[in-house]
Amino acid sequence: MKTNTNNNQRPLIERPIQETAFYPSYKHLIQNDNYEEWSGYTALASFACEGQEYFAVRNTCGVYDICPMIKYDISGPDAERFMNRLVTRDVSKMLPERVVYAVWCNDNGHVIEDGTVFRYSATDFRLCCAERQLEWLEDSSIGYDVSIADVTEEIAGLAVQGPVSCRILKKMGFTGVENLKPFQLATFPLHGYDVVISRTGFTGDLGYELWIDVKNASDLWESLFSAGKPHGILMMGSEALEMLRIEAGLMLVNAEFMSCFQTVRLNRDRTPFELGLDWLVDFNKGHFIGRRALLKVSMKGLSRKLVGIDIDWNKQADGALIYDSKDASKQIGEVTSALWSPILKQNIALAYLDAPYFDGGKEMWAEVYLHRECMWERKMYKCRVAQRPFYSPDRRRLTPPNDM
Amino acid sequence: MKHDHYDAVVIGAGHNGLVTACYLQRAGLKVLVLERNSYIGGATTSISKYEDFTYSNCSYVCSLFRQEIARDLELYKFGMQVIPYNGGAQIIKNEDGSHDMLGAYWHADANRRDLERLSKRDANAYDRLNRDIMRQCEFIKPLLMRTPPDPTSFKPRDLMELLYLGKRFYGLGKERMLETIRFYTMSAADYLNEYLENDALKSYVAGGATVGTALGVYSPGTAYVLLHHAMGDIDGTVGAWGFARGGMGAISKALNDSFIASGGEVRVNAGVSKFIVERGKVKGMQLEDGEVIDADLVVSGMDVRRTFNAVDPNELPAWVVERVKNFRFRGSSAKINIALDGVPKFHGVPDGSPCLTGDIHISQSMEELETAYDDWKAGRWSDKPYLDMLIPSLIDPTMTPEGKHWMSIFIQYCPYEPAEGGWTEARRQAFGQHIVNRIAEFSPDFTEKMLHMELRTPKDIETEVGLTEGNIFQGELTMDQLIFNRPIPGYAQYRSPIKGLYMCGSSTHPGGGVMGAPGANAAREVLLDLGRRN
Amino acid sequence: MAKHYQNIVIGGGHNGLVCAAYLARAGQSVLVVEAANEIGGAACTRELVPGAKVSSGAHLLHAMPADLISDLGLANHGLSFSAQSIKTVSLNADGPAIVFDGDTVKGEDVSAEDEAAYQRFNADMQRMAKALRPVFDKLAPEPSIETWAERLTLLGLGLRIRSLGRFHMRELLRIIGMNFYDLLDEYFENRQLKAAIAMDALLGAEWGARSMGSVLTYLYRLAGYQRSKGLGLALPAGGMGAVSQSIAAAAKAAGAEIRTSAKVKSILIENDKASGVELDDGEKIQAGRVISNADPKQTFLKLVNVDHLDTGFIRQIRNLRSRGRAAKLHLVLKAAPQFKGLQEADLGARMLIAPNMDDIELAFNPCKYGRYPEEPVFEITVPSASDGSLAANGQHVLSAIVQYVPYDDSAELDANRAAFLKTILQQLERYAPGIGKQISHAELLLPRDLENEFGITGGHWHHVELVFEAFLFNRPVPALARHSSPIEGLYMCGAGCHPGGNVMGIAGRNAANQVLKGGQ
Repeated sequence: MKTNTNNNQRPLIERPIQETAFYPSYKHLIQNDNYEEWSGYTALASFACEGQEYFAVRNTCGVYDICPMIKYDISGPDAERFMNRLVTRDVSKMLPERVVYAVWCNDNGHVIEDGTVFRYSATDFRLCCAERQLEWLEDSSIGYDVSIADVTEEIAGLAVQGPVSCRILKKMGFTGVENLKPFQLATFPLHGYDVVISRTGFTGDLGYELWIDVKNASDLWESLFSAGKPHGILMMGSEALEMLRIEAGLMLVNAEFMSCFQTVRLNRDRTPFELGLDWLVDFNKGHFIGRRALLKVSMKGLSRKLVGIDIDWNKQADGALIYDSKDASKQIGEVTSALWSPILKQNIALAYLDAPYFDGGKEMWAEVYLHRECMWERKMYKCRVAQRPFYSPDRRRLTPPNDM
Repeated sequence: MKHDHYDAVVIGAGHNGLVTACYLQRAGLKVLVLERNSYIGGATTSISKYEDFTYSNCSYVCSLFRQEIARDLELYKFGMQVIPYNGGAQIIKNEDGSHDMLGAYWHADANRRDLERLSKRDANAYDRLNRDIMRQCEFIKPLLMRTPPDPTSFKPRDLMELLYLGKRFYGLGKERMLETIRFYTMSAADYLNEYLENDALKSYVAGGATVGTALGVYSPGTAYVLLHHAMGDIDGTVGAWGFARGGMGAISKALNDSFIASGGEVRVNAGVSKFIVERGKVKGMQLEDGEVIDADLVVSGMDVRRTFNAVDPNELPAWVVERVKNFRFRGSSAKINIALDGVPKFHGVPDGSPCLTGDIHISQSMEELETAYDDWKAGRWSDKPYLDMLIPSLIDPTMTPEGKHWMSIFIQYCPYEPAEGGWTEARRQAFGQHIVNRIAEFSPDFTEKMLHMELRTPKDIETEVGLTEGNIFQGELTMDQLIFNRPIPGYAQYRSPIKGLYMCGSSTHPGGGVMGAPGANAAREVLLDLGRRN
Repeated sequence: MAKHYQNIVIGGGHNGLVCAAYLARAGQSVLVVEAANEIGGAACTRELVPGAKVSSGAHLLHAMPADLISDLGLANHGLSFSAQSIKTVSLNADGPAIVFDGDTVKGEDVSAEDEAAYQRFNADMQRMAKALRPVFDKLAPEPSIETWAERLTLLGLGLRIRSLGRFHMRELLRIIGMNFYDLLDEYFENRQLKAAIAMDALLGAEWGARSMGSVLTYLYRLAGYQRSKGLGLALPAGGMGAVSQSIAAAAKAAGAEIRTSAKVKSILIENDKASGVELDDGEKIQAGRVISNADPKQTFLKLVNVDHLDTGFIRQIRNLRSRGRAAKLHLVLKAAPQFKGLQEADLGARMLIAPNMDDIELAFNPCKYGRYPEEPVFEITVPSASDGSLAANGQHVLSAIVQYVPYDDSAELDANRAAFLKTILQQLERYAPGIGKQISHAELLLPRDLENEFGITGGHWHHVELVFEAFLFNRPVPALARHSSPIEGLYMCGAGCHPGGNVMGIAGRNAANQVLKGGQ
């Protein structure tokens, strides 16, 4: 039994929304009051114009405040064993100062979430994700010599993304940052404190994520923006990010899938296979949570799968249902996220398709509703399976990166 | 002898009786409602006991009332308005004597942040708990408005319904089947222990698991009562609770007015003393004043024991008499309504906190809640009872004079018959004083703000409202008295061994709470027998 | 080169031995490894002091299937009974006792109505228990209606319940989820009578009579009497250890090997498959299958490395209720004790101390909060009254189950035990005046002690509380129902499996069948 030892000093109302550590720094740039809530933090849907913010990432440098990302530090002698049992891919192969994209499941092989695993040393990891899951991590740590700490409120993060991001970081004095390979991380000094820089991001472009102690937030932001000003650096909101991540073909929790911790209805849980994440599941590494269930699933064929599709014409197909024919006789799928891609000039979407449609080659039609001058119009557009990522420039992979 | 002819007579103008009456009247029957008291509403009332104060003096909050009924009966036209409240305060007494408040907020992140002060893990686990309870709601909700099947019957309708239930259950899959079995059979304490670690939070959640039933939070079979808090909804906000504008009586008034508007007739001060039965068929009833009313179709909104007590036992199979005798009521809840000269202060709660517009709780631990039950088992009122306190006048301006307030206090546990002897006036007052003293431990100015107190022990509730042994659900909601066992196996489909005599009260499936489902289900069965569909 | 076995059974309790015996009889090679220096687990006979022996765990046999006893030829392997179908006597400190003998009850204060009600009650309950026998005796059905076999199993059960007739079927569906307190109130007036019957539902259980599920545990007990076909409450000659010894002898005769003082440290797992066990001394024994008679918490929280398990499963195992509430009292008496209201000839009977159901409830209340009851309830046997081999020189041994006792592993355990023993003996004195002076040796085993002695988590004799949420295909958890486990080649055969505890061996037999079928 835990005793209640709290002081009686409390605000009249517990404000639900916290400001991030960077918020005071960029507050003056907000034109829109286009706020949204993200994990209990104030976040901006856009600062001014989402299109401009989007193009900053494809053209110069866009900055996104990722403080609300949930971060767990996992350390201890058994940290590697713990992590390896937690996620479906083989973490023991990870070298220190590396980051990997990973997915983790419950006993049934249903996806809890996807996120990134940072390995700082042999015994120190960080799990970075979108949903709180301390309870699961703690219960998963039973029998292991590890400590798990929620450092969400202590670590501030900025995503610095776009072709000139590397140039700006170099200019800030992060010498050698250009040598970071994709999914590599390193610690750099700045004004007497440490900045952890990982070459990661959610935009499908060249980009970095900067991680610091929250108390240095304003200094880092000022340094970044003074260095970046001549290069067209721009704060961006979630609307631009949404466009970028769809072009990158990246899935988002609560858009492409619900965490199995949150599903209420039947048949809403997803396996990594259904999400097209087979490549993250390593059956040869020994046991991991959900392995036995996933092995069983892998022997059966998939009934549905998340894929990228390309839709005729230029009307964004949000929430469209997908049919086998123009007369919509049988529904065979549904769109989860859609975008008219400004850079590809393509009408793209992430969608669940039933077997065998997800393998491509079959006739498919998307049913799109258009709201035009207060009237709804229903359109049927042909669509087809497309390769993901939809957009992937060379600079994303090159080390050192170029600005092209 | 009067020879008014009615197609159907409904006994009791409680909310369920009125719901049945409305449906029957709207289906074209000529319906009379007989009410024993001088006022309608049963336990769904707004009553003035002191100056210009109005109390919802029995039921006091609303969530479960089925929206399809409100819509069918056009209750909004007749003034029914349920305003959701949000917030809630669990007052915590720290070991050093200081106080703190765990606030419940509408906003999930506000809740989370307040919980995180107590336990970060719990703040996370609380979401999973709510999700799992929500899963159970999804499972149970469609069953509320359905007639339970008779599992011993080979009638196609019963078999189909059993098949429906079976499919639903098996369709859950292994894991959720287990979840469901666990939820319906475990104790609230064991269930919550699997999620939460903080005792104050656990007791805040668990208190609701004891409401109206003589079981403790450690008793197996109490976890599912948590549904009671989550199952209802207001306009699609699942789990929300609200106040009826003008008090709970506004609901029965709307039902009454809807009924009258469709041509129905209500008579108050017309208590039924017995049903007239000939050759197994109901023929009418005799009122307490001797008047006889003929009717071939009677729907009783009284609880199952009162209903059958009004039937000559010779007309009933012996086993039915036995079952009715053994149907468990055992009132264990009391109610106190208090007029207040302003909003009382509570230790640990900031003045003006929006949390006060919700339910206020002072139980400190699971152990405290369980010992409250131990007291009841021994025939005493609880030394430290579970108190569900609300101040509806903070939201509803119609119930008190300006600047004044009233507080509804629900008390679990209070015996129907104290072991040391019956309810004397002195004992009633001692009980009331005990509760006031208990609240005063957490509210420094509570006694000085008190203007008037209305006390309702289970005995009072029985005498005034007519609920046997004062059980607020017209019979305990335990496994053996649910679904096809409610009120008695074999007669769980709103019918009775007497042809033409039906039941529509909370003694029938799905049970108590101001829900209206038993009333609507009963009307459907009656109309089915008449060959009409509503 | 170490020997490679087809099967290793962890734990030489009666279920482990039964399982080994059936496997060996089917031609399998089996090794039983037992941590203690003697086999038997909680079905054992131990010497308290020279010349006085007692069944130090279970003390009555009442649920072992007659066909299991005959299958394994236990009579040929040394099992005999010093008494069968013994009476039950509910003691009264201030008045006459109530005697239960077969389906009759007699007592000065028992009215004719209650006597008749008992006949009716007994007939009703026996009838329902009989309908549920397949549930209690057989392998748990699959919780599924996907295949015809599964549908047929379910249909079979449904028909069996329907065959009760409409009235009794309804009654079964009503009372199964009921509590025993209320059910007995429906039948009887006499408070002591009700309490005595209630004890059958409550012995070994965590909860009191007012708790839902107590009707289920009562029917479970009745099913036990039914399947033992007339043995009733039986005292094995030589104590309960004789049961285990006879099963062990049967197993050995069929070719099984048994090693004692061989404590398993861990279950070896290779390529996600159980491959043997490692003992405390580091010795590794290879086997094709490992069958654990240990309780689920021991097995999966101690013996299997967590690397091989899923978090949801661990959660389920940790959440299993295994809060033993029963303590065991053993007394060596210099002479035959004199119980008030007890005929001298009935000293060999089973005696109950439970004045009424509210007192049972009062005994139960404190343990909810981790405290000891002031007036616990008892089931007492004096096995030496019918079995002279247990106590020499006119001495007697008394063995009692004492409820409700909290699981206490605090630093004050020794002091608490001593204080509680004093409480118990004072209470006993009221029922058997002078017994205190007859005691030459007293021993009290609290749940924590039982845990240490028998290696059962929480000292719970069902391993896992017998409740709806851990019953049938959910016992102890779905992944372990039907004796298999998430790990290939690792099986469960103990009381934690369906149908549960008591010395009956059904779990062991069902496990052996599943192993032989290669069952999942």
